[in-house]
Amino acid sequence: MHDFRYHRPSSVDEAVKLLAGKSDARVMAGGMTLIPTLKQRLAKLTDVIDLAAIKELKGIKVEGKAVTIGAMTPHHEVASSIAVKKAIPALAALAAGIGDPHVRHRGTIGGAVANNDPTADYTAAVLALNATVKTNKRSIAADSFFKGLFETALGEGELITAVSFPVVDKAAYMKFANPASRYAIVGVFVAKSGASVRTAVTGAASCVFRCAPIETALAKSFAPEAIASVMIDGKDFNSDIHASAEYRAHLVRVMAQRAVAAAA
Amino acid sequence: MADTGIGASVRRKEDQRFITGRGHYTDDLNRPGQAYAFFVRSPHAHARIKSVNTAAAARSPGVIGVFTGQDVAADKLGSIPCGWGVTQKDGKPMNAPPHMPLAADKARYVGDQVALVVAETYNQARDAAEKVVVDYEVLPASVDLAATAKKGAPVIHDQAPNNVCFVWGLGDEAATKAAFAKAHHVAKLNLVNNRVIPNAIEPRAAIGDFDTGDDSYTLYVTSQNPHLARLVISAFVQIAPESKLRVVAPDVGGGFGSKIFIYAEECVVTWASRKVGRPVKWTAERFESFLSDAHGRDHLTHVELALDKDGKFLGLRVDTTANMGAYLSNFASAIPTYLYGTLLQGVYTTAAIYCEVTSVFTNTVPVDAVRGAGRPEATYLIERIVDVAASDMGIDRAEIRRRNFIAAIAFPYQTQVALQYDSGNYGASLEKALTMIDYAGFEKRRKEAAGRGKLRGIGLASYIEACGIAPSQVVGSLGAGVGLYEAGQVRFDATGNVTVFTGSHTHGQSHETTFAQIVSDYLGVPFEKIEVVHGDSGRIPFGMGTYGSRSLAVGGSAIVRAMDKVIAKGRRIAAHLLEASEADIEFKAGKFSVKGTDRAKTIGEIAFAAYVPHNYPLSELEPGLDETAFYDPANFTFPAGTHVCEVEIDRDTGVVAVERWVAVDDFGRIINPMVVAGQVQGGVAHGVGQALCEAAVYDKSGQLLTGSYMDYCMPRAGDLPSIEVDTTVTLCTHNPLGVKGCGETGAIAAPATLINAIVDALAPLGVKHIEMPATSQRVWQAIHSAS
Amino acid sequence: MNRTVNITVNGVAYQETVPIRMLLVDFIRDRLGLTGTHISCTYEGRCGACTVQVNGEAVKSCMLLAVQADGDSVTTIEGLSKDGQPHPLQQTFNEHHALQCGYCTPGILMNIEEFLRKNPRPSETEIRHALIGNICRCTGYVHIVEAIAAAADRMR
Repeated sequence: MHDFRYHRPSSVDEAVKLLAGKSDARVMAGGMTLIPTLKQRLAKLTDVIDLAAIKELKGIKVEGKAVTIGAMTPHHEVASSIAVKKAIPALAALAAGIGDPHVRHRGTIGGAVANNDPTADYTAAVLALNATVKTNKRSIAADSFFKGLFETALGEGELITAVSFPVVDKAAYMKFANPASRYAIVGVFVAKSGASVRTAVTGAASCVFRCAPIETALAKSFAPEAIASVMIDGKDFNSDIHASAEYRAHLVRVMAQRAVAAAA
Repeated sequence: MADTGIGASVRRKEDQRFITGRGHYTDDLNRPGQAYAFFVRSPHAHARIKSVNTAAAARSPGVIGVFTGQDVAADKLGSIPCGWGVTQKDGKPMNAPPHMPLAADKARYVGDQVALVVAETYNQARDAAEKVVVDYEVLPASVDLAATAKKGAPVIHDQAPNNVCFVWGLGDEAATKAAFAKAHHVAKLNLVNNRVIPNAIEPRAAIGDFDTGDDSYTLYVTSQNPHLARLVISAFVQIAPESKLRVVAPDVGGGFGSKIFIYAEECVVTWASRKVGRPVKWTAERFESFLSDAHGRDHLTHVELALDKDGKFLGLRVDTTANMGAYLSNFASAIPTYLYGTLLQGVYTTAAIYCEVTSVFTNTVPVDAVRGAGRPEATYLIERIVDVAASDMGIDRAEIRRRNFIAAIAFPYQTQVALQYDSGNYGASLEKALTMIDYAGFEKRRKEAAGRGKLRGIGLASYIEACGIAPSQVVGSLGAGVGLYEAGQVRFDATGNVTVFTGSHTHGQSHETTFAQIVSDYLGVPFEKIEVVHGDSGRIPFGMGTYGSRSLAVGGSAIVRAMDKVIAKGRRIAAHLLEASEADIEFKAGKFSVKGTDRAKTIGEIAFAAYVPHNYPLSELEPGLDETAFYDPANFTFPAGTHVCEVEIDRDTGVVAVERWVAVDDFGRIINPMVVAGQVQGGVAHGVGQALCEAAVYDKSGQLLTGSYMDYCMPRAGDLPSIEVDTTVTLCTHNPLGVKGCGETGAIAAPATLINAIVDALAPLGVKHIEMPATSQRVWQAIHSAS
Repeated sequence: MNRTVNITVNGVAYQETVPIRMLLVDFIRDRLGLTGTHISCTYEGRCGACTVQVNGEAVKSCMLLAVQADGDSVTTIEGLSKDGQPHPLQQTFNEHHALQCGYCTPGILMNIEEFLRKNPRPSETEIRHALIGNICRCTGYVHIVEAIAAAADRMR
């Protein structure tokens, strides 16, 4: 690890001030991606701004038809939250399946969403549940948040403060995990709200995306058979030693079917 | 006594320190004034080193020294040797190019050590390493095992034209040809034995510590065989005479073969500790483990089995290309030859066998023994081709094995491939395993699973392995550079406690407990009063170490022989004390007594008399009760058995779930059943890993794509069933304990067992074979292209 | 660059000035000499050998900086037994031969101690799932799972 300065601000404003004007400074949420990156000397930073001490970023609120999760809330808190389990059980189940218990104690929703790793789980929930990403500057709709490989709509000096998930009628997330890393080779989140169905796919491509052919078919009939013959175009999908694009395309349909079957 | 003697599931002595965090692994040790090392490694698979500029690194904060291949050459360090010279088919010696501790002329794989930086802190060493400027002329790399010996492939060593290390043959080629000529059926198969990476959970580490006071070195190192390390570093790398080098292998966090070998890093830190006048510590980061621990397996094989109309095996023909990697590791040449070709008889009466092995160099990490070493490769091809033959001829897979087993009454059995099996009963373990898994009821389970949309399959493998490679004279005639005996010392102290010094090394095998059980049983000394010491060339008379499941059969036997000497001397002392003739003294349950009387002395009293020799036959006997024995076995030992497993395959994803696993093994006499069960279960997990998910994958340029735990998959708790273990027993006939060895059998039996089950599950779709690792993607592809 | 931190480890309060780039695991091992916490995968956080508890929760100590633990209470394997009494997990790991080389063991114990506190009646599947972040290369996990189940029984 290269050397750097370490800051531990106690408010978002303070964090933003620390960040200002430093091109090689980064904020750190749970550090589950950043610390390994630094250890491998893949990044050389001047400053790391640790958000752990900012109390306003933590906690879960269920109000009306929305579940709002503070950016620095660790996965295990979401996974074990009775309120989340009741309002959006699929979201709690997704959190319970991220990494391993150790990672779930430290990793946070804000970090996961801001990092937008193509194999992350939470991004699929944000997109499929049509969540709103709240930052220190604005509210961003899920559809305009994820921009590409590790890219988001977040601007300079902009930090995620919370993610707000609308409560839906039915939802489920199915992950086909890489057996080594346990990241998603393919993960599909399906959400039904009234007549609308949204489906987000993670792991398959360079960035989480909605899958129109599946959504269209499920909007007509929310049943696994409805998508049994849907063709998934995998031409832009990731292809690596673990899974070819063709295999991933196949898994998208299989995981989507299983998610529909499991949706509650 | 019985509850701590031979055959009892005694709880382990060594656990106490491990469950409380008080073990002492190499990286836990720190020497006063210690500096830290980091190696600069080649990022290229094949590159000429034009120059190494260390000036900027040397000026970096905290740097104490920077060393290159030129410095190694200037100090006239020797090459790290390959300890087994294989004679080729044409009578010529194998091509054994040098392997210098730091590369000076060329880098030959990604990870090859090019320079060493020593600094005050580890981070400073790493910082400085980034400033070492190596001018590489990148050369085309030869990475593909199938192509490396072909014309036009880049040449890795001048000493090995066409990148061939050796072409070796074993068996009767003409007789085999004749057997095939009269065959009713010939089963054929091409298969890959996938390259695996050992991944002991403890990374390798070494501390070189030069004592300027007496010109001596101590090396603390993660080794399975500290005395061998001393021998190699002294006699071959020539850093110091053996009398000036002590090698300590303290607690070692798993080896699986990878810590047998004497690696460049260990040699270099030992040498560097004198150069910088400070202890030098190196601990591998995991990426270095992937790039520097010897890999295993990596064979391409064509196999043919000739059968008569009744399914009897007439002949076996095997043609294998074996990868050596970029340099010959210490035992690399022995693995695909004397630990592989010699096992091709399996447990069958195959009448004629011929095997040819072409061993080649590639620009990849050196390949050597990994748990099983040669024997998993032999078992895999035999047990796969037997299944293929059974399927071809429509014979039940258990039945075809029964028809061909070497009969229980046929021992000793001379194989077609040099070995003589001393004992066994292969039918007994097969039948027991089939009963345990309810083989007869399988088709019902297959149907039930099909109803749930799952493809269920059952697979079995009847393996044999050879442990405790020996005897020294024979292995010497076959090219081994060392003897393969073991040393044991049994020392009483005056108060009746026993310290056992063994040349075997325990890094999970539980010797501190099992060896103490043997001693307690033989000498009648309470288990608690026995300490087992290992892993220190400064304390143990000598040792050849732990590999090839040899510790109990060879190391344990050496201890028994030392105890025989203790008892013999004790008998003479007792005769004196009891005023009886030596011939009338019998030793039983810790007591020397005069036959037919109640006059007796405990062994504790004898020890006291030996150390306080006031009433003692000093004119005939030396004081003390401390005996050493070297044991050179008469033969290998031959554990064998049958494993059976059942799998269920998810048609939609290709995921294989291992539903049940039954292992029935014959290990001869068992010292501690609980420990044996642990060894079997761990071995099976290793083999399941190879069959389902583990694979070292290189890209065309020689970059290792599976160089971290993110990409190299090892089984976790959720991937395995609760492995059921049982045994049958035939005793080894030639060692005093009647023991055979159990550490590797799981890894030997499991790949064939599992792949046979997967192929069985897929057989209804017309699938005949699937390569390892049978990842979900590979299985899905097989299903997909079959349907 | 350095920073002074206050970290309580196994009930002992330490005030230490540490390099910012020092990982918690290096603080525990090198600064405090508590070498029962091990390092295996080194940088990926995938093996679990370095598992300790921070404020009672299992974390991989190679995945956070020592400065991040400022003000926290850390428990390592050396702090698992209380008042000289072995923890039930320590007993059952010995009784069931749940360790061989012992290198991964402290990390497993520190993970599972928390798991059993929160799940006193785990099924075999739950136990196996809880071990997903710990790699053992020796045992095949069979005895580990049995030992955990036995400890759960004993603790009830």
